[in-house]
Amino acid sequence: MSETLLELRNIKKSFGTTDVLNGIGLSISRGEFITFLGASGCGKTTTLRIIAGLEKPDEGQVLLEGRDVTYLEPHQRDVNTVFQNYALFPHMNVEANVGYGLKIRKVPKEEIKKRVSDMLKLVQLDGYEKRMPSELSGGQKQRVAIARALINSPKLLLLDEPLGALDLKLRRAMQTELKRLQKKLGITFLYITHDQEEAINMSDRIVVMREGKFEQIGTPDEIYNCPKTSYVADFVGNANIIEGIVRQAGEEEILVETEGQIVKAVSDPGVQAGDKISLAVRRENMKVCGDCEEGLEAVLKDKSFQAGQLHMTLNLNSGKEITVSRYGMDAPLSQGQKVRISWEPQHAVPVDIRREA
Amino acid sequence: MEKKRKKKPGLFLTVLPLYVFTICFVVGPLLYMIALSFATNGNGSDTIWRFTLDNYKKIGEPVYLESFVQSFQLAITSTVLIMLMGYPFGYFMAKLSEKGKKRMMLLIMIPFWTSSLIRMYGWIIILQAKGVLNGILMKLGLIQEPLKILYSYPAVVVGMVYALLPFMILSVYSSVEKMDWSLVEAARDLGAGRARAFFDVTLKLTLPGLLTGVILTFIPSMGLFFIADILGGNKIVLVGNVIQDQVTRGSNWPFAAALAVVLMILTSLMIWLYRKITHVKDLEGFF
Repeated sequence: MSETLLELRNIKKSFGTTDVLNGIGLSISRGEFITFLGASGCGKTTTLRIIAGLEKPDEGQVLLEGRDVTYLEPHQRDVNTVFQNYALFPHMNVEANVGYGLKIRKVPKEEIKKRVSDMLKLVQLDGYEKRMPSELSGGQKQRVAIARALINSPKLLLLDEPLGALDLKLRRAMQTELKRLQKKLGITFLYITHDQEEAINMSDRIVVMREGKFEQIGTPDEIYNCPKTSYVADFVGNANIIEGIVRQAGEEEILVETEGQIVKAVSDPGVQAGDKISLAVRRENMKVCGDCEEGLEAVLKDKSFQAGQLHMTLNLNSGKEITVSRYGMDAPLSQGQKVRISWEPQHAVPVDIRREA
Repeated sequence: MEKKRKKKPGLFLTVLPLYVFTICFVVGPLLYMIALSFATNGNGSDTIWRFTLDNYKKIGEPVYLESFVQSFQLAITSTVLIMLMGYPFGYFMAKLSEKGKKRMMLLIMIPFWTSSLIRMYGWIIILQAKGVLNGILMKLGLIQEPLKILYSYPAVVVGMVYALLPFMILSVYSSVEKMDWSLVEAARDLGAGRARAFFDVTLKLTLPGLLTGVILTFIPSMGLFFIADILGGNKIVLVGNVIQDQVTRGSNWPFAAALAVVLMILTSLMIWLYRKITHVKDLEGFF
């Protein structure tokens, strides 16, 4: 993309004896919406705090527009944060909260008033100037927190699970809203979440984090459709992971031996015959069939119906558990029934490729 | 909701002892004292129940007015000193590790195991002419002649600060403990330096603790007559000393009651004023 706004170079951080970040590096372009996706404890919040200046790395550098800001204090960098718990000042009203950054920069009072009012309009909270944070709903607090950060026109806005405390419906609405704001203002967003749906909906690029490392960096499409590791496939795509050995690597398809059978998967340039791999097949891409001749043998263990989807839990012959999801209720299968599982070759993606030396 | 609750007979029964206690030991004596302040002093320690304003008029005499002025001066001086020492103490104590907090708390509580009267006598040993403090200062060569600290105004201030500091520390500590530090981080993130973030956020949010501390130190420092007695000699006469004197040697209970009533009103006024000021600051965002 365009010019680099933020660069992380080999950042390491540990708390006590626990290594939280194991040397991560990344470049973020101006105007990008980038999301750090990972389970709790993967180091994503620590990364954000290091970028904000609230934490100092043990090793490595943070460069903002090419300038080393690693050891600068939080107030010395053009970065603002939307905190997980909003962190609105409880003793100030909405206007004072949003205008706080400008007040510190000694912007004239009249101008603060005007800019606060414009900013509140932007987050659709006009008329709320005199309310205290305690009088606001969760969603409104969230908007105030965003307005308070954005009013300073930061070069980079950090958002730490900003929608975590909101209910599903509000979360979806706020996702759209945030994306709209980001497009309109052209500010670079660095967004942190453990929710893969959020990450896929909003981001230009996703960074999947795991145990203080970047597991994979790519567009939502790449992350979702071409996961590089079984962790990414499972975390982002809710994929089933089936281990096997490549028996034949073709131009478009490869043949993989697993569970004593041969299955087909999509080809990958890095795969050779003899490699141990895992196949990631997403739940919705698996077909379960009661009277088919082809596919992996399995036994239907359990069926449940949630949010318009039928989830089936099956056991392969080896005992490995597989989950299959499909829309609608029309599965004439009963528990304990012997079935076969199959998929289109392009839906089985080779991940975790390991080659015996 | 509240109305419904009040109607519950069970709740009334549970708070009844509290009412009885308050009426017997707070409201009753208070009313008695107010009544007494309008009564006439007889011979000896007799009290004649005849209405008079003489007791209040007597307070206007210079010697008694003087004691009020001195009491307020001392109370304000000690409270300010206690604030300046107690706030940082409580603040940093709240930032210690859990273990450190417990240890510090123990260290603060230990002196309370001894009577405060005895602890004041301890200060005599430190402050007297041939005492510990003068000894150290002279050994260090900072002074040639021993300083006359004991039986002076500063000695009384030292005693007051020493006796009341723990109350300030503990009330500041408990409010700093409850601080949500992400608010300070938010302020820093929005461009505030360390000092600015402290004054805009931490201090304002811990003001209730500071206020409690002030109330807990200001009121007693008006009345702790034994400290002025022990460390001030006869030079420092506080309202507390006058009242004590009138009750014991002077045997003029109605006058003592009038002094107490005036002291109470003035103290309440001071606290009201202080509350008013800090509250306004709180809302308007001065500082």
